[in-house]
Amino acid sequence: MAVKDTKAYALWVAFVLCLVCSVLVTGAAIALRPVQQSAKLDDKRKNILRVVNMYEPGINLDEAFKKITPKIVDLSTGQLSDAVDPAKYDQYAAAKDPAQGGQVIPGDDDIAKIKYMPRYVTVYYIYNEDGSPKTVILPISGYGLWSTLYGFLAVEADGNTVVGINFYQHAETPGLGGEVDNQKWKALWPGKKIYDDKGQVALHLVKGGVNPDSPEATHQVDALAGASLTSNGVSNLVHYWLSDAGFKSFLEQLGQQHAAAASATPTT
Amino acid sequence: MSDINTKKILAEPIADNNPIILQVLGICSALAVTSKLETALIMCVGLTVVTAFSNLFYSLVRNFIPGSIRIIAQMTIAATLVILVDQTLKAVAYEASKPLSVFVGLILTNCIVMGRLEAYAQSNPPWPSFLDGLGNGLGYSAILVILATFRELFGSGKLMGVEILPLVTEGGWYTPNGLLLLPPSAFFLIGIIIWVVRTWKPQQQEKPMFSIQSGQPHPGGEAH
Repeated sequence: MAVKDTKAYALWVAFVLCLVCSVLVTGAAIALRPVQQSAKLDDKRKNILRVVNMYEPGINLDEAFKKITPKIVDLSTGQLSDAVDPAKYDQYAAAKDPAQGGQVIPGDDDIAKIKYMPRYVTVYYIYNEDGSPKTVILPISGYGLWSTLYGFLAVEADGNTVVGINFYQHAETPGLGGEVDNQKWKALWPGKKIYDDKGQVALHLVKGGVNPDSPEATHQVDALAGASLTSNGVSNLVHYWLSDAGFKSFLEQLGQQHAAAASATPTT
Repeated sequence: MSDINTKKILAEPIADNNPIILQVLGICSALAVTSKLETALIMCVGLTVVTAFSNLFYSLVRNFIPGSIRIIAQMTIAATLVILVDQTLKAVAYEASKPLSVFVGLILTNCIVMGRLEAYAQSNPPWPSFLDGLGNGLGYSAILVILATFRELFGSGKLMGVEILPLVTEGGWYTPNGLLLLPPSAFFLIGIIIWVVRTWKPQQQEKPMFSIQSGQPHPGGEAH
């Protein structure tokens, strides 16, 4: 029997091959990790900037992000919190971890169909030159037709006026539900009001187009043509995240501070 | 080695022995990543690199590998290259690589890679093996680029994300064909390409495995 046919030789060759390959894979993983992490961070930053229309291809992200401050909101109180470090915190991982305050959402309340809710979430503040808040960017997520949509909703400092919406991850049908990425549709959102006179979430999508004469028009956005289920999903997730379970208390307090500041200095 | 030979090894898999339209391999990813030209191009580069270099590296060590573990050895080499490509894409083209998600990892299970290793690199020297892998990668790429160009142009009126045909929904005149953005359309298009190519090159037609014959009705029954 030739050497090449012995079991010992086969094992030896397999061992050497695996060793070489694993060294290559490990080397690549370690060498590329910092680049990958910064690419991932840049991608997230781009998506945050897009929701407030501050992103253009080729801009300096570090420079642009100096105007944006991440902060942690404790949803149980609606107040800012120092409980976790926004630079390291992953709210979607924490939502599933009871030790980090994550909770299972009771079935009937789970209109956004996300199953788990974090206690702490990362929001992003943009400030005016005088240091008062101008815009807050809130993370939102919920199930559409095929997939969970992840995105951001930007709200003015009055806690009631939409500045913009952007979904950065979803797998809805291209051309139908996938039109959540359509610039023209996203342009329908700025200026819409979230809460009605009674403080209830009124913002939702309507089929067949918004009637501009209707008193409700200020709370309504056109649904996506041919995508009822994605539209329902977007309505539900927006409702859920802006309700008591989500950012309502936070936005109320933000609005009160804004009103107090405005009455103190009427010129601004 | 003569130049003619090099050219033949490189060019043959593109038209005469194309991995997708003649061998009908690698269809899964051809359906999944061709709704946009940009993602298709990244996938093409990934697959071509993996096929070419796994062929090269396997061919270099082929004489040391015992026959009993050769498939495992081929897979280990291909898997290593796939991981390297995947990690590199995540580092240098993060946003563009997101829609490719699992498909880069699945290059390993693409029959073209393993097929070329076993069919060619197993019994040929490194340089021709490299060319064979390159050629097959390019053959795959050619079809993907055709599919993606057609699907993106007529499905969303764009090419490489740049608007070519202004859409009705954005105030233009072109009503996009939504079917083209869904995976089955790639299946139809591949079918049409195969039909066209086999009409142009009849030697690619296969003999039917069974033929329908007219003639005697079944002895027991009546003719309808």
